[in-house]
Amino acid sequence: MKSVIWEDTIVALATPPGIGAIGVIRLSGKKTFEIINELFPSKNFAEEASHSLHVGFIKHHGEILDEVVVSIYRSPRSYTGEDVVEISGHGSPFVLQQIINACIENGARLARPGEFTQRAFLNGKLDLTQAEAVADLIASNTSISQKAALHNIRGGFSQQLKELRERLIRFSALIELELDFSQEDVEFADRRQLQELIDEVDKVTTSLIDSFKLGNVVRNGISVAIIGKPNAGKSTLLNALLNEERAIVSDIPGTTRDTVEEVINIDGILFRLIDTAGIRQHSTDIIESAGMQRSIEKMKQADLVIYLFDVNEITTQELGEIKNNFSIQQSRYLLVGNKIDLVSEQSAREKFSEDPEILFISAIKQQHIDDLKERMVNTVLEGEVQTESTIVTNARHFHALRQLRTALGDVKKGINDKIPGDLVAIDIRRCLHYLGEITGEITNEDQLDYIFSKFCIGK
Amino acid sequence: MFPKYDVIVVGAGHAGCEAAAAAANLGSKVLLITMNMQTIAQMSCNPAMGGIAKGQIVREIDALGGYSGIVSDRSMIQFRMLNKSKGPAMWSPRSQNDRMLFSITWREMLEQTPNIDFYQDMVKGLLINDRQVHGVITSLGHEIQSKTVVLTNGTFLNGIIHIGEKKFGGGRVAEKPATGITEKLVELGFQSDRLKTGTPPRVDGRSLNYNKMEEQPGDPEITGFSFLNIPKPQKQKSCWITYTNKKVHDILKTGFDRSPMFTGRIDGIGPRYCPSIEDKINRFSERERHQLFIEPEGWNTVEIYLNGFSTSLPEEVQYEALRIIPGFENAKIFRPGYAIEYDYFPPTQLKYCLETKLIKNLFFAGQINGTTGYEEAACQGLMAGINAHQNSLRLPPVILKRSDAYIGVLIDDLISKGTQEPYRMFTSRAEFRTLLRQDNADLRLTELSYRLGLASQERMDKVIEKKQSVERIKTILNELVIDAEELNPYLHSVNSSSVSEKQKAQKILLRPDIELEGMMAHLPRLRSFLSSFPKETIEQASIQIKYDVYIEKEKELVQKMNQLEDLEIPENFDFKKIQALGNEAREKLTKIKPRTLGQASRISGINPSDVQILMVYMGR
Repeated sequence: MKSVIWEDTIVALATPPGIGAIGVIRLSGKKTFEIINELFPSKNFAEEASHSLHVGFIKHHGEILDEVVVSIYRSPRSYTGEDVVEISGHGSPFVLQQIINACIENGARLARPGEFTQRAFLNGKLDLTQAEAVADLIASNTSISQKAALHNIRGGFSQQLKELRERLIRFSALIELELDFSQEDVEFADRRQLQELIDEVDKVTTSLIDSFKLGNVVRNGISVAIIGKPNAGKSTLLNALLNEERAIVSDIPGTTRDTVEEVINIDGILFRLIDTAGIRQHSTDIIESAGMQRSIEKMKQADLVIYLFDVNEITTQELGEIKNNFSIQQSRYLLVGNKIDLVSEQSAREKFSEDPEILFISAIKQQHIDDLKERMVNTVLEGEVQTESTIVTNARHFHALRQLRTALGDVKKGINDKIPGDLVAIDIRRCLHYLGEITGEITNEDQLDYIFSKFCIGK
Repeated sequence: MFPKYDVIVVGAGHAGCEAAAAAANLGSKVLLITMNMQTIAQMSCNPAMGGIAKGQIVREIDALGGYSGIVSDRSMIQFRMLNKSKGPAMWSPRSQNDRMLFSITWREMLEQTPNIDFYQDMVKGLLINDRQVHGVITSLGHEIQSKTVVLTNGTFLNGIIHIGEKKFGGGRVAEKPATGITEKLVELGFQSDRLKTGTPPRVDGRSLNYNKMEEQPGDPEITGFSFLNIPKPQKQKSCWITYTNKKVHDILKTGFDRSPMFTGRIDGIGPRYCPSIEDKINRFSERERHQLFIEPEGWNTVEIYLNGFSTSLPEEVQYEALRIIPGFENAKIFRPGYAIEYDYFPPTQLKYCLETKLIKNLFFAGQINGTTGYEEAACQGLMAGINAHQNSLRLPPVILKRSDAYIGVLIDDLISKGTQEPYRMFTSRAEFRTLLRQDNADLRLTELSYRLGLASQERMDKVIEKKQSVERIKTILNELVIDAEELNPYLHSVNSSSVSEKQKAQKILLRPDIELEGMMAHLPRLRSFLSSFPKETIEQASIQIKYDVYIEKEKELVQKMNQLEDLEIPENFDFKKIQALGNEAREKLTKIKPRTLGQASRISGINPSDVQILMVYMGR
C-alpha cells in the first residue's frame, strides 16, 4: 500500500479534557519542528535528538504561556510515523487551549477525532487488533461529539445557523439553476436578496465568533448556584462539596475563594460555585426578602441551580411553589433535601413522595454527596448545560466560523464586483462547506433536489 | 462465418459508435452489431448536440480522440456558444444538427475506420462461461466469439411506446424493441429496473407562421466542438421561440384521463428536468406559459422538432392543443409525440471501467446505465470501448477522476450513487467545474489519450503548440508595460477607472470589466505582439490569467480531495466484518464495493465517521 503524505500538521489535546495534574498536547506532521521552534524559542529542535526531553517556556506574542516539558519524536519513530512533539503543560484547560491556539496560529490545524490514529495506522504504526479497538473508540467519540456539537452552540444559534444554511442552499440552488438552465425561462437569483442573506449570515457568524472567545468558554465552566432559605445548610453543603476536592481546586484567573466563586472538578468537568462568599456571609443573619432577591439574581447567572431545603421545615405546598418559580425562570435545577440525619431518609421520602426527583442528603454527615455529584455530572452529560468536555468541538467550530467569515467576505466582494455567477458559486460553496462543518454534512444533491422540486425546467 | 473478435459492440447509437471507434483505433478487432444498418447514430430525440455541461462532454470526447465532436461539426446547421456572459466554466458549445447528415457522417467515419466489421442482427443472449463473457448469440442463431462485449442497447430493451391509450413494443417509433437480453442478464444475477423518457411531436415547418415567433440565430462566428480544424458551414439556420398559454394547457388537460402518465400505465420514472408538457402543467400549475423552441431538423427538410412539448397524450389532443400556440394556427403534425419505457440496469453494478462486477469482460454503456442524452451516452461508450480494448490485452483500466473531466464525474456518480431517474449532466454536479472547462479539454485529456495510442499525433502536436503559445502570451502580458496616455482612452470607453501611470497589460486584464479581445482592439502595441497567435490560444491565456484566483481555489480543493482518492481499498475487502460501521453503511459498501476511500465518502448514506473507521481498518 502507498504510504500517505499528509500535507497538514495537526494538533490536539492528547489527555482527557478537563482539569488534571498535567495536560499533554500532541503535534504531528511536516511542520511540527517549525512550529515548536516558534513557540519554544530557547532551543532549535531541528537539531535535537529523537526521544529527548526539554524543559522550558512556551512563549506566544512575547508572553509566557506555561512552563512545559517537550518530548520530541522524529519520523518514522513516533506514534503517527511523522515528526511528532508532545508538550506536557500544567493542567489548566485555559492555558492548554492557548497553547493549542498558538500552534494553530503557527500553521497547524486542529485534528479530527481519531486522526492521529488514522495517520498511525496508515503509516503502518499500528496492527489490526490495535486499530480495531481504536476504530470502535472513534465511532463512539464521533457520535458523542456530533451530539454535543449541536447542543453546545449557545443560545439556540445552531438552529439559527441551520436555517441560514438552508436559505443559503436555496440561494446557491438558484444560482446553479441560473447557470445550468440559463437557456430556459426560469426565475433567477436576486442579487440584492443574496446580499441581504449574506449580511445576515455574516452577522450571526460574527456574534458567534465573539461568543466563542475560547478563553471564556474554558474559563466559564458550568456555573452552579446553591440557593435556599437561611439555615437550609448551604454553607455546610458547600464545604462538603469542596472537601475532597480542595487539593485540586484550581486557581482560575480572576477568581479567588474569598471573593465570588469556588471551582471544583468532578469527573473532569469544571463546576463553578457562584456567590460562595455570599453563602458564607449571609448564611445566618440574612433578612428574608433581601435573601430572596439575591437568590433570584443568582438563578439568572447560573447554568445549574441547586435548591437546598431542610426536609423538616419545608411543606410540600411551599416546594410546589418553588418548582413553579423555577419553571417560570426556565432554570435547570436540582432539588436537594438536606438534614436527613435528623429524620430517617425513609420518612423524608414518604413526605415528598410526589417529587421522586428530589435527592436526599445530609450535608453535615456527608451522606449521599457522591450521588449529588453524579447527578450534577449527568445533567451536564445529558447536554442540557454547556460542558467543559466540548472545548475541542467548540474550537473546531470556532475555526470553521472564522473560515466561514472569510468566505462570506469573498461572496460579498464578488457580488459587489458583479463577477459572474459561477465564480460567486465557488465562494458560496465554500461558505456552505464551513457551515456544514458546524451543522452537519452537505452534498450537491441538496441543491439539485431543491431545483427540481421548485422549478419548472424545460429541456 | 465470423472470426473471433477482441470487442463486440451491441448497438450502434451514440455509445456504441464511440465504443467501436475507440476500440478499433486502439487496434482491437471490432464487430458492431445493430438491429438496423439504416439507423446508425440516430438522434432519437432533438437534433442538437452539446449545451450546458453536455457541450463540455463533447469537447472532452473530442480531446480523447472520439468522433462525436467531428461528426457534430460536420453536420451542424447552427452553432452557439452559450453563456458567454458568465465565467469561462459556463461557456458551453451547442449545435443544431442535420439529423440525417449526422447519421450519415457517423456511418462514413466508422466505415473508414480500419478494424470495424458491421453486422445487422439482434443479439438475444451472451456466451458466458465461468462468470466471463465469450461472445454473443444472435436471433438468427449465430454464436459469435469475442474476448469482450460492450452492451449499448439504449431504449430498446423491452421498450414500450405509449401514445394516449395506445401502447406497443418499440425501441423508437417504427422500430422494433430488443427482447430477451434483459431476461438473460437477470438470470445471471443482474438487477434491472424501468425508466421512461419522452419526445415531442414533429411538425411540418411549411405550416408555421414564423412572424409570431422570436428568432434565435446562430453565432456570427462558429468555434465548433472539435480541436481539429473541421470545416464549418458558411450559412446557418435559425431556431425560433414561442410560448404555450392557458388555453393550450386547458386543452391538454382534457386528455389527462387518457394519459399513460396519469393513469398508471407507465411504471418507469421519468427525468425531472426534462418533463413532458403534461407534467409541467400538472406540477407547475401556477405558470401560465411555457417556453417552446422550434428547431429545424436539417438543411433539406421542412420537418421541425418542437423542443419543450414532449408528450404522450392522445394524438388528437396533441393536435388540438398545438394549434392554439402562436404561430401554430395551421400546424400539421408529421408524427405525434410519445413516451417510451425501457429497461435499465442500475449502474452501481459496474466498476469504474464500466465492466460489470458480475461478469468479467462484459461492459455496459449509455442509456442501459440509466443516463439520458447523446453526450452522456457517447462518453460512456468511448470509455467502455477503451477499457474493453485494455481488458482484451490484459492492460490496466483507464479511469478519469472527478477532477479530470466531466466524464469522470458522470461515471463516478453512476457507479457510486446509482440513479433513480434518467441521469443528465449538469455543471453543478461537477464540484471542480472551473477546472473542467470546454476550452481546456485538450490540455486536460489529449496527452493521456495520446499515450494510450488513441489520440493522434496531430492532436498531440496541437496541444504542445497551444501550451507553448499560451505561455508566450502570458509572458508578453506580464512584461508589456503600457503608458497611461495610451490606456486611459480605452479604459474610459469601457467605463473602467483610469490609471495615473503606466501599467502592466496583465494588471489591466485582471479587472472584471476588461476583456483581452477589447484590449487588443484598442491598444495597437499589444495587438502587434499578439496578432500572430490563434484566437483560441489568446482566449486560453486570457482565461488562465483572469480566473487564476478561482482556478487556484479549486486546485487546492482537488488536492485535499485526492488525499482520500489515492487511498485504494483492496478488491476483496470484507466490509461486513467491521462492527464499528452501522448496518446501512455495511450494506451499501458491500454492494457498491468502492475502489477508493474517496469514492466511499460519496456513497449516499456513508458519513464522515464511517470513512474514518474505514481508514483505520483498511490496509495491509
